[in-house]
Amino acid sequence: MQCSRFLVSGFCGVAGLMGVLLPVLAADQTVRPGSFYMSKNLQALQADDIANPGMLWVSDGESLWKQPVGRTQKSCASCHDAADVTMKGVAARYPAVDAESGELFNLEKRINTCRTRHQGAEALAYETDELLALTAYVAHQSRGERVKVHIDGPAAPFYEAGRKRFYTRVGQLNLSCAQCHEANAGRRLRGDTISDGVGSGWPAYRLEWQTLGSLHRRLRACSLGVRARQFDFGSPEYLSLELYLAKRAEGVRVEAPAVRR
Amino acid sequence: MARAPVRISMPDEAKKGEIVDIKAILRHPMETGYRVDNVGKKIPRNIVTDMTVTYGGVEVMRWKLQPGVAANPFIGFSTVAIETGELVFTWTDDTGQVFRESRMLTVT
Ligand code: HEC
Ligand code: HEC
Repeated sequence: MQCSRFLVSGFCGVAGLMGVLLPVLAADQTVRPGSFYMSKNLQALQADDIANPGMLWVSDGESLWKQPVGRTQKSCASCHDAADVTMKGVAARYPAVDAESGELFNLEKRINTCRTRHQGAEALAYETDELLALTAYVAHQSRGERVKVHIDGPAAPFYEAGRKRFYTRVGQLNLSCAQCHEANAGRRLRGDTISDGVGSGWPAYRLEWQTLGSLHRRLRACSLGVRARQFDFGSPEYLSLELYLAKRAEGVRVEAPAVRR
Repeated sequence: MARAPVRISMPDEAKKGEIVDIKAILRHPMETGYRVDNVGKKIPRNIVTDMTVTYGGVEVMRWKLQPGVAANPFIGFSTVAIETGELVFTWTDDTGQVFRESRMLTVT
C-alpha cells in the first residue's frame, strides 16, 4: 500500500504502532525542540540561513515590515522601528492575552490585529504568503530565545482548556496528542520520528508541503492524522493548544523558521 | 508583494587567488508536471531548467535541473577570485521567463 502521511488515510500504520506500545510507556519527560528529532541533513538545512528555504519568507517579511498599508498608510516600522530590537523575544512569550479584547492571541492574530486596529488594513488570511512572511520575520527575531509564556490571570482558562485538549482522546483512531508526543516521542511512525510536539520552530518549511506553513496547519495535519475534526485556522481550540504546547516547552529555544520533513 | 526571486550568499571582497564560496536559493515552485489540481486537471510542468553564473563575463557554473528537484532549489559552488568583477546569475524556467541577479566581487 502506498501510504502518504497525513492524507485522508490518516497516520498509516498507527494502529499497529499503538498495538505494540500499549500499555503506554512512561517516556523521558524532557521536552526538546523539534529539530532534535530531525535527521542530520534537515538540521544542517535548517541551520544554514541560505539553504533554509524558510528564510525566503523571512526576507519577504523584512520588505513587508517597511511597506505602508491601509487607510493610515503606516508600515509596521512606523510604530515598531527596527524589528531586530523591538521584536526580539516577542515570539518566545506568545501566545498571550490581548489586554484590550481579553482574547488569546498568537503571533498571527497579533499581526492581523495591528493591521486592523492600527493600520486600517484588512486582516490577512492564514497560509497566505504575506501573513506567513510577517509571522516568520517576527518569529525569527526571537531565534535562540527561550520560550516563556504567561499562564496565570486572564491566561489561566485558556491554558486549562489547552491542557485538557492535549490529553483528550479524539478521532476514529481515538488518540490524544499526549499519546504520540509524550508517550511515544522518539519513536518512529512510518517515515517520521515523533517529536515532543513543540511549536517553537513554526512557521516552518515542510518538505512535504514544499512551502512554509503555520503551526495551525501542522495541528490540522495531526487532527486529520487521527481522523478527528480539524478546527479552523486561528480557532480557539488550536489557540489554547498552542498556549499549552508553549508552556510545556518552557525553556526550549525558538528556532523559526524550522525545516521539517 | 515584492518577492525576491533569489537569496545569494557570497563575500563582497576576496584576496586574489582565494577560493570564494557562493550559495544561492532560487524561489521557484518546481512544478513537476505530474500533479493534478483539486478538480483533476493536470498542472503544467514549470521547473527551472537551466542556471548559469558568469564572473567577469566568463561562465563559472552551469546547472541543468530535472523535474525531481524540490521547490526552491539550492545550489552551492565555489570559484577562484581573479580580478574585481561582477557575478551574474541567470536562470530560466519552462514558462520562458528569464531571471537575472548580479553581485560585485572586489578582489584585493
Ligand atoms: C498519531 C500520532 C500523533 C498524534 C495523536 C498527534 N500528532 Fe502531532 N505529530 C505527529 C507526527 C508524526 C509529527 C511529525 C513529526 C514530529 O515533529 O513530531 C507531528 C508533529 C507535530 C508538531 C510539530 C513539531 C515540530 O517541532 O515541528 C506539533 C506542534 C504537534 N504535532 C502537535 C500535536 C498536537 C497538539 C496534537 C493533538 C491535537 C497532536 N500533535 C497529535 C504525530 C501525532
Ligand atoms: C499605528 C501603530 C502600529 C502599527 C502600524 C503596527 N503596530 Fe504592532 N503594535 C502596536 C501597538 C500599540 C501594540 C501593543 C498592542 C496593542 O495595543 O494593540 C502592538 C503590538 C505588536 C506586537 C506584539 C508586541 C508584544 O510585545 O507583545 C507585534 C508582534 C506587532 N505589533 C507586530 C506588528 C506588525 C507585524 C505590524 C505591521 C503589519 C504592526 N505591528 C503594525 C502598534 C502598531
